[in-house]
Amino acid sequence: MPDFLLEIGCEEIPARMIDAAREELKRRVSDVLVRERLAADPVLEPFSTPRRISVLARSISGSQPDLEEQVPGPSYKVAFKDGEPTPAAQAFSRKVGVDLAQLEKITTPKGEYLAARVVKKGRPAAEVLAELLPKEIAGLYWPKNMYWRPGDTNLRFVRPIRWLVAMLDGEAIPLEFAGIRAGVSSQGHRFLSSSKVSFASPAEYAGKLEQAGVIANPAEREQRVRKALDAATRALPGARWREDKELLNTVVNLTEFPSAILGSFDPQFLSLPEEVLVTVMRDHQKYFAVEDDQGKLAPHFLAVLNTDRDPEGLIRHGNERVLRARFNDARFFWDIDQKVPLRERIPLLKKVTFQKDLGSYYDKTRRVQRLASLVSEALRSAEIQVRPGVVHKATLLAKTDLTTELVKEFTELQGIVGGLYARVQQLDPALPEATRFAIADAIYDQYRPESMEDGVPRTLEGAVLSISDKADSIAGMFALGLVPSGSKDPFALRRQANGIVKTVAEHKLPLSLRALFKDAREGYTGSEAEPKFKTIGYTSEVADFFHERLEFYLREVCGYAYDVVNAVLAAGADDVADAIARAEAVAHVRPSEDFESISIAFKRMKNILRQAADTGKKIAPAMDAAAFTDEPEQALGAAVPQAAEKVRRLGEEKNYQAALQEIAQLRPVIDKFFDKVMVMVEDERVRANRLALLQAMLNEFSTMADFSEIVTEKK
Amino acid sequence: MLQQPYDLEVGAGTMAPETFLRVLGPQAYNVAYIQPSRRPADGRYGENPNRLYKHTQLQVILKPPPEDVQDVFLESLRAIGIDLRKHDIKFEEDNWESPTLGAWGIGWQVMLDGLEITQFTYFQQCGGMDLDPISAELTYGLERIAAFLQDVDSIYDIVWARDPRTGEERTYGDVRLADELQMSVYNFEMADVERAWRHLELYESECKDLLDQWNDVAASCNSVARRRFPLLGAFDLCLKCSHLFNILDARGAISVTERVGVIARIRQLAVGVAKAWVAQQHAEAPTAVEVAKIAD
Repeated sequence: MPDFLLEIGCEEIPARMIDAAREELKRRVSDVLVRERLAADPVLEPFSTPRRISVLARSISGSQPDLEEQVPGPSYKVAFKDGEPTPAAQAFSRKVGVDLAQLEKITTPKGEYLAARVVKKGRPAAEVLAELLPKEIAGLYWPKNMYWRPGDTNLRFVRPIRWLVAMLDGEAIPLEFAGIRAGVSSQGHRFLSSSKVSFASPAEYAGKLEQAGVIANPAEREQRVRKALDAATRALPGARWREDKELLNTVVNLTEFPSAILGSFDPQFLSLPEEVLVTVMRDHQKYFAVEDDQGKLAPHFLAVLNTDRDPEGLIRHGNERVLRARFNDARFFWDIDQKVPLRERIPLLKKVTFQKDLGSYYDKTRRVQRLASLVSEALRSAEIQVRPGVVHKATLLAKTDLTTELVKEFTELQGIVGGLYARVQQLDPALPEATRFAIADAIYDQYRPESMEDGVPRTLEGAVLSISDKADSIAGMFALGLVPSGSKDPFALRRQANGIVKTVAEHKLPLSLRALFKDAREGYTGSEAEPKFKTIGYTSEVADFFHERLEFYLREVCGYAYDVVNAVLAAGADDVADAIARAEAVAHVRPSEDFESISIAFKRMKNILRQAADTGKKIAPAMDAAAFTDEPEQALGAAVPQAAEKVRRLGEEKNYQAALQEIAQLRPVIDKFFDKVMVMVEDERVRANRLALLQAMLNEFSTMADFSEIVTEKK
Repeated sequence: MLQQPYDLEVGAGTMAPETFLRVLGPQAYNVAYIQPSRRPADGRYGENPNRLYKHTQLQVILKPPPEDVQDVFLESLRAIGIDLRKHDIKFEEDNWESPTLGAWGIGWQVMLDGLEITQFTYFQQCGGMDLDPISAELTYGLERIAAFLQDVDSIYDIVWARDPRTGEERTYGDVRLADELQMSVYNFEMADVERAWRHLELYESECKDLLDQWNDVAASCNSVARRRFPLLGAFDLCLKCSHLFNILDARGAISVTERVGVIARIRQLAVGVAKAWVAQQHAEAPTAVEVAKIAD
């Protein structure tokens, strides 16, 4: 049972793409092994560094097992006449290469047939893998790839491939890809090792590479980085490095052999806001921030290197110089920006493009102001105390930081810089400080949540600004037909839509998405963009888009079961907060037996009504309770309007749990009805009336959720 | 091959004909040249120690890229005295795109102890055409590298020259500060917008006319006329348009809605020249008969 190793050696893969590719390669190799019967339950260890992705499979079969198959031939009647084999039998025998004497008679549901037992010989693993793996390598997904071989513009990979290792125990398999023959040699660290690395067996992989300065296992590299950061920080008593999962992952994928150094910067830079310093350190330089035992930022940083040490301090010195230049820039920009306060920058937004067809940020500001005031009004009429003055000022200034030198240089500080400047600048002498801070916070938070893990804007006004800004963007793009599809979402509309959903959900805002996006689109009336808008499809596309987003939120973030989510969204996906409340109620009652029974009943009702519609059976326009004759139908006929009344009232109070209880209490009377009463009787009037009863139930009780979507044990 | 810098205003070594035109078509080519690169919007009046209106690139094109191109690059760093064992080198994803040239590529920014010193790009497209073979472009930022080697905080402190007899030093600031200050004033405050637009339109229309004339010549059977047609002249005009665009942009004279349109116009010129150039380079040499005819 040999071990198998596959290593693709190439030029530095972008850090952000490595993890997904490594896992995909592992999956693909596993699939091939199982499909080709070389391993039933393969144990694979994947590796990756910036310059390689690899998979090690332990104890696979050296060759495929022989496959014995029964190949059916002609029917027995055709194969033998008077006990003698016919030409048909002989042809079959020749075709499968089995003597007539060895052929068998088998009995199938269709009758008796001639059959041959054929052994398909298993091929050697080396042959199978060499043949099939190139396609898997070629099939790896890369968000961006390139071609590099002269004359072969179709061969694409993330970066040029420079070597391949493919070996079964000690022998290379005859695999070729991108003009490279696989061997048993790899490359060590560019600078820590000088020569090729050869493996006598796959089991040597990690160890030999480590000797050559490459830590192939990413989890081990991460541990080393953490230890190195800890060790470097120990030089400062009481200090800690700031955890940053994403940055950690990035540096793990930027190094083959990581170590860390502690650098310092001039403490006077600490007069700049922490956000600015940390963003510059993290985004541009990939440094970790350091804090003292009080949690305050310390004038130090940690850099992770792709080498083993820095004995002369040259690397630290170089990094310190770069950081000093960056911080000097930041301070310079901060100071120079104060000369033109935010409120004077509004006209400058006319020169900043939002999107080539949708105009400038000045235009956007006007639209978002309008939309935000509509949203505020809607919320205020629902008794939610949004401060219109704060919204007005915040939306007016929200984008002005795009004209600042600081944001032009460090674009990831958008919103944050606006908020910080609003905090320190005099927006309006008449404004009380608390109001100014509220405006500043709204501007600061406008781009949150950056991801589903991130928090939403802290205040109502921040939520209104954030939602309006995002809705304006989404509306404009959708109206232009720039709808996200598959993996293409260049304007990150999905992320923005997720943001709207999360913000509405967490602030429990009673907003209609349909109304929001109708208003948002109307904001473009009279603009230069409008003539370019499509005239149909907008409303349904936006609705579908948000249906998807809300589904995602309910399932992935709230953790509701998919059938609960389907049931709830079938009854309405327009009001996010309401959908969540309904989902919570449904999830709560779902385990109960009564509810299970109700779901079954609703499926039945829907089926009957569909059947009726398909066969053209009439349904009475309204149920006539007086016409019910049997006791069970009379009972149900009486119970339904009563329950419906309660359900409607409870629904208006948003007391969904109680409403569901009311419906659940109908279980005995519904069950008895379906037990004893036949709906599809011959008598047209009776049938029509009974169908009307079912229809009434469906109408009254499906406003919260479509119970037929709930998955039940029984049918 | 070592070449001279191009003697027209360009924003990067990529725009010089030695790159823009040489990467097109099938012919192999290896060239290196220094290229002073003017980027009006990057001017900082000589006050920023790291940013210049005109910085100096070492531009290298390797077509096709050798298999050990990364090693060749690293060797070039060793050759100028950077001991790679004592420093931290990383290749970080950075792809490059020039909408005006219809060009883009995939590659890295090479980081040396946290400082970006080189843009390393595998060209995929240029002049709107897929390239085959591709070229590797190595663009070194010379001021940065010099500051690194001399261990100075500001590029203006780079020692530019030292008198062999007296030991007196001249810094980069001595030779460049006035240029940086004055050109920043010109580009941001005083360049005449009206005239700049007019210049741009004149160069643009002349370039277009030449390209139109080329179409007639290309269709004719006159291979001598084809070979001597001044596509290089047309390209110069295109470069002038590009530089004027950069000045107008620095002046804040290009509105949001205009911007996309102007870029498209310049791109059209660049792509037109590129396509014509490829066709021209594939033209056959004139036959003896044709040469004789012209001589008559």
